[in-house]
Amino acid sequence: MTKSKADEEDYWNSSKFKAFTFDDEDDELIRLKESRQAVNSIQRLVEEDDDEDDVEKVSWSGEPVGSISWSVKETAASNQRTDREPAFPKIPTDTPSLSKSQSGYSLSSLFKGETGGRNFQSFTDTLSDSSIRLYAPELRKPKSEYKDYVSDWSPEETIQRLQQGKTAPLEKFRSLQDKLLLLDFAVSAHDGNVITAVLIYLKRTLSKEVLFRELESRQTALRHFIHYLTETKDQRLLLELLSLLVIHSYLFTVDFYFFTAKDSAHVQDHYTLLERQIIIEATDRQAERGGKVEIFQKFPRRASILNMPLITTLYYCCFYHYSEPEGTYSSPLNIRQAFKISEKQYFVTALAARAKLKAWLDVDALFTSRNWLGFTRKKSPLSFQRVVDVLQKNSAPTQVLQDYVGLVEDPDMRISLAQKHKCHDIVINTYRDMKDRQQLLGYRGKVGRGSAEERKIDELLNNQQIRWKN
Amino acid sequence: MAAHLSYGRVNLNILREAARKELREFLDKCAGSKAIVWDEYLTGPFGLIAQYSLLKEHEVEKMFTLKSGRLPSADVKNIIFFVRPRLELMDIIAENVFRCHHSSRDFHILFVPRRSMLCEQRLKEQGVLGSFINIDEYILDLIPYDGDLLSMEYESAFRECYLENDQTSLYHTAKGLMTLQALYGTIPQIYGKGDCARHVANMMLRMKREFAGTQNQILPVFDTLLLLDRNVDLLTPLATQLTYEGLIDEIYGINNGYVKLPPEKFAQKKQGEASKDLPTEPKKLQLNSAEELYAEIRDKNFNAVGAALSKKAKIISAAFEERHNAKTVGEIKQFVSQLPHMQAARSSLANHTSIAELIKDITTSEAFFDNLTVEQEFMTGVDTDKVNTYIEDCIAQKDPLIKILRLVCMQSVCNNGLKQKVLDYYKREILQTYGYEHILTLNNLEKGGLLKPQTSSRNNYPTIRKTLKLWMEDANEQNPNDISYVYSGYAPLSIRLTQVLARPGWRSIEEVLKMLPGPHFEERQQLPSGLHKKRQQGENRTTLVFFLGGVTYAEIAALRFLSQMEDSGMEYIIATTKLVNGTTWIKSLMDRIPPSCF
Repeated sequence: MTKSKADEEDYWNSSKFKAFTFDDEDDELIRLKESRQAVNSIQRLVEEDDDEDDVEKVSWSGEPVGSISWSVKETAASNQRTDREPAFPKIPTDTPSLSKSQSGYSLSSLFKGETGGRNFQSFTDTLSDSSIRLYAPELRKPKSEYKDYVSDWSPEETIQRLQQGKTAPLEKFRSLQDKLLLLDFAVSAHDGNVITAVLIYLKRTLSKEVLFRELESRQTALRHFIHYLTETKDQRLLLELLSLLVIHSYLFTVDFYFFTAKDSAHVQDHYTLLERQIIIEATDRQAERGGKVEIFQKFPRRASILNMPLITTLYYCCFYHYSEPEGTYSSPLNIRQAFKISEKQYFVTALAARAKLKAWLDVDALFTSRNWLGFTRKKSPLSFQRVVDVLQKNSAPTQVLQDYVGLVEDPDMRISLAQKHKCHDIVINTYRDMKDRQQLLGYRGKVGRGSAEERKIDELLNNQQIRWKN
Repeated sequence: MAAHLSYGRVNLNILREAARKELREFLDKCAGSKAIVWDEYLTGPFGLIAQYSLLKEHEVEKMFTLKSGRLPSADVKNIIFFVRPRLELMDIIAENVFRCHHSSRDFHILFVPRRSMLCEQRLKEQGVLGSFINIDEYILDLIPYDGDLLSMEYESAFRECYLENDQTSLYHTAKGLMTLQALYGTIPQIYGKGDCARHVANMMLRMKREFAGTQNQILPVFDTLLLLDRNVDLLTPLATQLTYEGLIDEIYGINNGYVKLPPEKFAQKKQGEASKDLPTEPKKLQLNSAEELYAEIRDKNFNAVGAALSKKAKIISAAFEERHNAKTVGEIKQFVSQLPHMQAARSSLANHTSIAELIKDITTSEAFFDNLTVEQEFMTGVDTDKVNTYIEDCIAQKDPLIKILRLVCMQSVCNNGLKQKVLDYYKREILQTYGYEHILTLNNLEKGGLLKPQTSSRNNYPTIRKTLKLWMEDANEQNPNDISYVYSGYAPLSIRLTQVLARPGWRSIEEVLKMLPGPHFEERQQLPSGLHKKRQQGENRTTLVFFLGGVTYAEIAALRFLSQMEDSGMEYIIATTKLVNGTTWIKSLMDRIPPSCF
């Protein structure tokens, strides 16, 4: 049993993902297929210009539904389209609908008059669907029941029918206005398949300029369309669509995302950010290529800044453009102002960027503020514990770290950080301040024998002035 | 093969067998050798129904994933497409068929779970419909996942219902429940809470009316059905699960009953052999109650797993030691006969020890502890109305976005919405740090109710918490006496509702029920006379709890705990659209404008 199980696992793991081979000869086929599609669509356009009845005749002529003549016509049509392909067509002798109704399914048969009956129901409902007409003789109903099918459905009714799994011809919707109505009803029905069905129809019958233009203002439909193109690997159209969207991206975003006033402020920010990124990217790339700016030589840029989040952009500017005057687009202070970046965020980002460059003076300056007496003292919107964390992540040396560890207010936290980063002086001084003789004694064992730290501890322990608490 | 499905109170193997039978019948309809082309999404769910051996017995020789282009070569008579009814897949199928040069090939399609006229129409437009000999549907609504667990493996159900207003998943749910009733009898009592629950119940009742006349003559196995909307309890999935199985899912993700683990800990070192190159492929393990040890420990709080494993280790060692006591031939023979079982137990123990070690590395980390502390603060109502500095720090450190979203949503839920200022602040920080494109995700979370501005000044979460006893101070992780052990203090709201329904009944919590979204209701389905159960004294009742929009492993653990409680008088079977955790759930709600648009 274990063996067979292992075999199975192997199979599921490997063979189903067996590599697909794409031979070069396929290229030709693709081209052929493309041209075939083109021919088909041209044909359709021509038909559209013809008398309306022409199209109707194929699916709505007065001929008895499912008549042989009709079937032949249909078969011939598919013959024509695929005559290049020897495997085609296969006239369905064994019909899907019948095979279904004959099958004695264990689960579905529990629902007699449900699954089976329903299928029949929907098949008779979909007589307009020519694929089903082939099998219609089995399903024939009194003529009176057909009258439903010749009536004109409004866009709304059409969508409803599609949603119920029935078919309804889309071809009768000719005007752009009708087609768009169809699309809008489909979108509001929230049924992905129906939306896609309408999109396929629109793709076939509208020029792509018009289609793209209309989709831009229909976010949901647009997403379905992108999904559809992605799934069907229609790379060419997808690229065209996406590049168009890039050009219009902001018009498109600002207008169409349901945004509240607050949200549209975010969208506006996004736009401003991209604008800046484009300018910064262009300037910096040139500077980098020019080879004259030291920082780009020392730290070559790893990737383009385009499309990066705001904070990443700020980090980038703190890294490459830190001391620029506030007036430039790439000045960190300017960015902070323009996007109302919170003090904390600005601080932590600048800190990380300057620490990465080991610009310790800049780091120091970030904390320095003068009080009214002119003394400098270190202030931070961030807890010093977090500051130490950021510095340590950027591999700051102990001398730098200890300055900040010493500023951690909570003594216990200070000690644990100091121990972690081997800032002995701080540990010793803190124990001294806490008058904790026992801990100091204990720590003596952790510092190097004969080291300056050990001497300092001994001095303290021998100091008669200190009133130890233990 | 799937014996563990039949151990429970309800023999779910019947359902699995029915599904397998249907699959075999379809395969036999396509006579001759076959290749299956899979919609990749379906392979996971199908794996719960059938192994490859079943397919092989029915002449399936090759399997491929559906991709555009040309089908890989296979010397078979039949090509069968197993697909979801999606239009875009139809175009791929059409291309496959179109570019196939073997004239003697027979093509078939199996739609899962329903066929769709639109799809067939699409195939026709592409000129390939006529190439298919069989077009069929395979109704795979409720998949037996374990002895007491059914899942539809329908990932997008919550999103579709609450964001897209698409109720297809509810229709499938109702159909699945009808199938279940056909096999296990009409469920006489239906309770529910939430809009989706109401919809499902309505559809079920309507479907029942539609087959009026065909009385179901099966003695009912389930006494009660409880339908619960996920949005009635948005809090629970956001919290980090602390049961063993829950943590495996949180950390590594359990997919269709399988987990992939980092291989290092599983390297087999034979004695005397220097450790060879470490394996690089992730270790794949199946997790279900067929494994005795796993069934024992899966629902324990992780803090109790170490003890359980060491106890088991002692038992197994003792069993192996027995060999020294075996003196007579008979005794030795008996020992040897038990060896395979013991070996299996030993390797199971080795696996779970490794997994537990992996998890422990994480649960003992500072980051895990800090995160959990904040979660527990929120759940107990501490400072939920202010910007939380831990969340702020996590954003500044650019921790994974999903972690941030889980916490912010949790704060929002525990505060019945965030103050506008707080919400705006979080949103700005998130967009600035992770990119403006996430505005769509934030909007989705608002639509789904996970993140929202406070509308009334009254926060009703504390009332809900107190009435339903959602927070238990002294949760006993080792020997639990209450469901709150699964989150080390927090008792999942959904399970409290279930518990109260069983005793003393929802009437006792009317006020709280009104605070939670959606209607609550009760329906009865008439049974034919003669099918009324005569209950033995002390016989437990059986409730099927259906979570619409997903359920977590910790919630399942809590229900199993209730089933096992001696005085509960109730056994629970669990069904859901999908097994979720906070991460997978939030992920299913995320959205980005395709990055290439910008």
